[in-house]
Amino acid sequence: MSSPAVARFTTLPPVLRHPGVLFGLAVLLIVGGAALLAPYLWTGDPILLRPRLRHRPPSAPAWLGTDAYGRDVWSRVVYGARVSLGIGFSVAAAAVLIGLVIGLVAGYLRRLDAVVMRIMDGLMAIPSILLAIAMVTLSGAGIATVIVAITIPEIPRVARLVRSVVLSVRSEPYVEAAIGAGTRLPMLLTRHVLPNTIAPLIVQGTYVCASAILTEAILSFLGAGIPTEIPSWGNIMAEGRQAFQIAPWVILFPGLCVAATVLAVNIIGDGLRDALDPRTARRVGALR
Amino acid sequence: MIRSPAMKEPVLSITGLTVPLPLGADRANAIEGLSLSVGPNEIVCVVGESGSGKSVTASAVMGLLPPGLTPSAGRILLQGEDVLTVGPARLRALRGSRMAMVFQEPMTALNPVLKVGDQIAEMLEAHSGRGDRETRRRRVLDLLADVHLPDPPSLAKAYPHQLSGGQRQRVMIAMALANDPSLIIADEPTTALDVTTQAQILKLLKELQARRNAGILFITHDFGVVSQIADRVVVMQKGRLVEEGSVEDVLTRPRDPYTRMLIAAVPRAEPPPPRPRPQPSAPILTVRDLTKTYGGRGLFGGGRAVTALDSVSLALQPGETLGIVGESGSGKSTLARCVARFVDPSAGHIRIGGDDIALLPTRELRPYRRRIQMVFQDPYRSLNPRRTVGQSIIEGPMNYGLSKDAAWARATRLLDLVHLDTGALDRYPHEFSGGQRQRIAIARALAMEPDVLIADEAVSALDVSVQRQVLELLEDIRERLNLSILFITHDLRVAARLCDRLVVMLGGRIVEEGATAALFANPRHAYTQALFAAAPKLRLAQE
Amino acid sequence: MGRFLAGRLAATLPVMGIVAVIVFLLLRLAPGDPAAILAGDAASPEQIAAIRANLGLDKPILTQFLSWSGRLLQGDLGSSIISNQPVAKLIFERIEPTLALATTTIVFAVIVAVPLGVLAAWWHGTWIDRAIMAVSVLGFSVPVFVLGYLLIFGFAMQLRFLPVQGYVSITEGIWPFLSRLILPTLTLSVIYVALIARTTRSSVLEVLGEDYIRTARAKGIGESQVLWRHALRNAAVPVVSVIGLGIALLISGVVVTESVFNLPGLGRLTVDAVLAHDYPVIQGVILLFSALYVVVNLAIDLSYLLFDPRIRY
Repeated sequence: MSSPAVARFTTLPPVLRHPGVLFGLAVLLIVGGAALLAPYLWTGDPILLRPRLRHRPPSAPAWLGTDAYGRDVWSRVVYGARVSLGIGFSVAAAAVLIGLVIGLVAGYLRRLDAVVMRIMDGLMAIPSILLAIAMVTLSGAGIATVIVAITIPEIPRVARLVRSVVLSVRSEPYVEAAIGAGTRLPMLLTRHVLPNTIAPLIVQGTYVCASAILTEAILSFLGAGIPTEIPSWGNIMAEGRQAFQIAPWVILFPGLCVAATVLAVNIIGDGLRDALDPRTARRVGALR
Repeated sequence: MIRSPAMKEPVLSITGLTVPLPLGADRANAIEGLSLSVGPNEIVCVVGESGSGKSVTASAVMGLLPPGLTPSAGRILLQGEDVLTVGPARLRALRGSRMAMVFQEPMTALNPVLKVGDQIAEMLEAHSGRGDRETRRRRVLDLLADVHLPDPPSLAKAYPHQLSGGQRQRVMIAMALANDPSLIIADEPTTALDVTTQAQILKLLKELQARRNAGILFITHDFGVVSQIADRVVVMQKGRLVEEGSVEDVLTRPRDPYTRMLIAAVPRAEPPPPRPRPQPSAPILTVRDLTKTYGGRGLFGGGRAVTALDSVSLALQPGETLGIVGESGSGKSTLARCVARFVDPSAGHIRIGGDDIALLPTRELRPYRRRIQMVFQDPYRSLNPRRTVGQSIIEGPMNYGLSKDAAWARATRLLDLVHLDTGALDRYPHEFSGGQRQRIAIARALAMEPDVLIADEAVSALDVSVQRQVLELLEDIRERLNLSILFITHDLRVAARLCDRLVVMLGGRIVEEGATAALFANPRHAYTQALFAAAPKLRLAQE
Repeated sequence: MGRFLAGRLAATLPVMGIVAVIVFLLLRLAPGDPAAILAGDAASPEQIAAIRANLGLDKPILTQFLSWSGRLLQGDLGSSIISNQPVAKLIFERIEPTLALATTTIVFAVIVAVPLGVLAAWWHGTWIDRAIMAVSVLGFSVPVFVLGYLLIFGFAMQLRFLPVQGYVSITEGIWPFLSRLILPTLTLSVIYVALIARTTRSSVLEVLGEDYIRTARAKGIGESQVLWRHALRNAAVPVVSVIGLGIALLISGVVVTESVFNLPGLGRLTVDAVLAHDYPVIQGVILLFSALYVVVNLAIDLSYLLFDPRIRY
């Protein structure tokens, strides 16, 4: 009686009525706006060293105080949004694209399935932070390295998800009917299989984005992340570590930014999942 | 009317029951102004098609309506006590003791992680006054024996997954009987079972009810079942009662047009006179020694191999409809899927025209795909929900080189053939009912101009009235197009109506085959005989 | 049962093998001369040559792998570039605080999260559910170290009733041992609690929609019985499984938490090795943690036998 699960992609708009999603979008808009407009937001040079002004508490000239080198924390945090959001979105895009391809291959080419999925299992067994740390240590710090190092551990999760969608869709009668109608594999995948992966991939992509922003912060904090001269939220906090007891603002404000941004992305992900996951919908209207 | 206990106080009496549907549903009320009663020692069947409100009625009596559904008017009196007003504690006390329920799906209605004996014992524990553990244990064993389950002591220790579907349903019945309820509600209790099992369960219910003096409210969609078990019948349509009466009256002299239509739509278990057929010529499809085994190729070779198809051979004449009949696990669907090459056979031959496609690799299969087309069981899953009906129909012909215009013209013609408006081409599947979708699926298959059409339980998921329309459609187009059909079904009545010849399958093998009329007149194999005996038949005017 | 066990063990070995290959290849596939990378910018050619010889980098890659994995199987993880100590010895010296922290965290998280998740599912759609879920999303979003510093700031520096940092072995007394683990455990648990609570909630919700729950209600048993007897055990498998998968999160958190609270465990060992570019140590820690992850998840797979009688082989 209920329309089939997959038709739900057309019901996206109700997502926007979800108060949590609205909150999340608002936060993202603010952070994204700050990143884009960084030079115009009453910021100074984020890497200008002013040794005489070190560890100033928040005040009128330096809204969020200064760090151990006298750099303005507000300017650094605003410019840091560029790095954090940039890394979040690039990792999400890269992990989703690569995971999609691997998942399709594993789900559709049975001969490769076992091998590919064992490799994915192996990757998943390595704690992601440690894998990223090892890669950054070996390849040297740099934004590209960090993006690669965060992306690789995220790929198996996406690939598994895509594979499971493919496996369930390929036994759908309408896919078999298309096979029976002589539809060739590339067309079969793009027409009948891929559209079913879009909704779960969007949801998974938001979670990957959130996790990437967190991982960047942790990597930089541990000294295995973005080169220290680039202000990223993780780097700002890493440099605030030593003096945490006398200048806690250096860690707290970027920490708040990370938390708010990641929270926003996570909430959007949850909202999308609730709207796109047919199981929740079915539960609400479980009528025979 | 001989058995009618009308003089006695009814165990269940529903008056003026109305259950509104949430806003935005296709109608205002799931049930509207429903009144019915069940006397002691009486079986009342509530019959209706999907969406008639029959299951909501059952849930309402038990107080188990899903969230969002609340009765707005009426009374449900269980031995004089209104279950709609008694309050949760009393309702719990009534459930399981004075009224009990048997559900449709025995596979999912039992808790998979508890032993069946404990699940029955829980019924006794929940309603006090059933003594100590030992008394309860003995009572459980008695109940299991009552429902004719073998070896009750070891069966009580089994988990549900270790039992067959029929055994699980017996356990459910034992559970329902545990506290000697006055009312048993059975919601499609045999629908998920094979016919032979269904016949046994119906017999058991009837026997137990006669012994225990309980009233049974029996929900079903199947008039065959009704005629076997009911004392009285209530027919529902779209939430309303349209007809009520004794089983003889309703089945032989239905007054309401809807009832008449429903009864007329039930396929008869006797085949119509055979169609005139030309002399057998070269078969269009030949299957020889087709075998399919699953498993047994694991890393350690330890997996047990299962033989789903065991050296099956058959031949299909041009223009013939060959029925493949069997219960679940008989291999009939595997056969269909092997012939359509959605499953790779392990060994054997499938000849279409002159070529053997049984073991062709997927790459070389493409030219042959067109010649065998399939119509699937579930109309809700057999069309891509994101593509219009037109796109779905023209996809195949265009794959084989037809121009878009020509394919579209063909699709228009075919929609007309399956009695759908050509405006349907630009609409999406969710705008159509199950029966309409099945017509679209047939049109899509025909658009390939196949040599063989395989219908895999193609009418099994449909309500009888819709089922009849689709069967009529198939009868019509096979005449017009001289179509060769492989018709897979579990329902002998449907097979009798449509098929020229029948093949009966059991455990992956063909046990009997022959012309439909001859087979029905004189089944030789014991299994075929059992199958025929179990098929629910309408007993109409003959009494 | 025996076959189930054998099958699981057999599935574990290739995973461990692949982990070893990945870890091995990481160094060899790194851009540039791995020996030069490890030696750092200020290294002399002799130092680089010494590292190359130490790691066998001058031999063909297959030979390297065979001798490396051969030594690995004998428990030889190589030796540190900095201190020249065997990696296995370094790890063994540092393992106690990490094990202590991981154990307290898992125990604490499970005790807190499972009831929270059940509560949220039971009060599905009410403010209780929404509050628990909101806290859990928040828990997912706060970086571990920020939380750690907040806790240090609040409990240790302002209120002054817990020691700020450091580690005392359990052999020196239960309270000194525990008191120094309370804040790190809280810090590390938050994300784990969030994960388990969410999974518990959705698993219980899923089960509450099953047919056998309706059967249980039709029996006339109380709602708490429905939950305890019928829902929880059926909901257990996904919860137990996420506890195992969450070990990966836990390990990442351990590295950070130990740095924040100055615990001399494997996490600190890793961070120090990162700063010193001591790759053999990083590699040893990765192998150990991955093995731990695989073994824990194997144990968890086996524990399904307790929860679900349908799993037999």
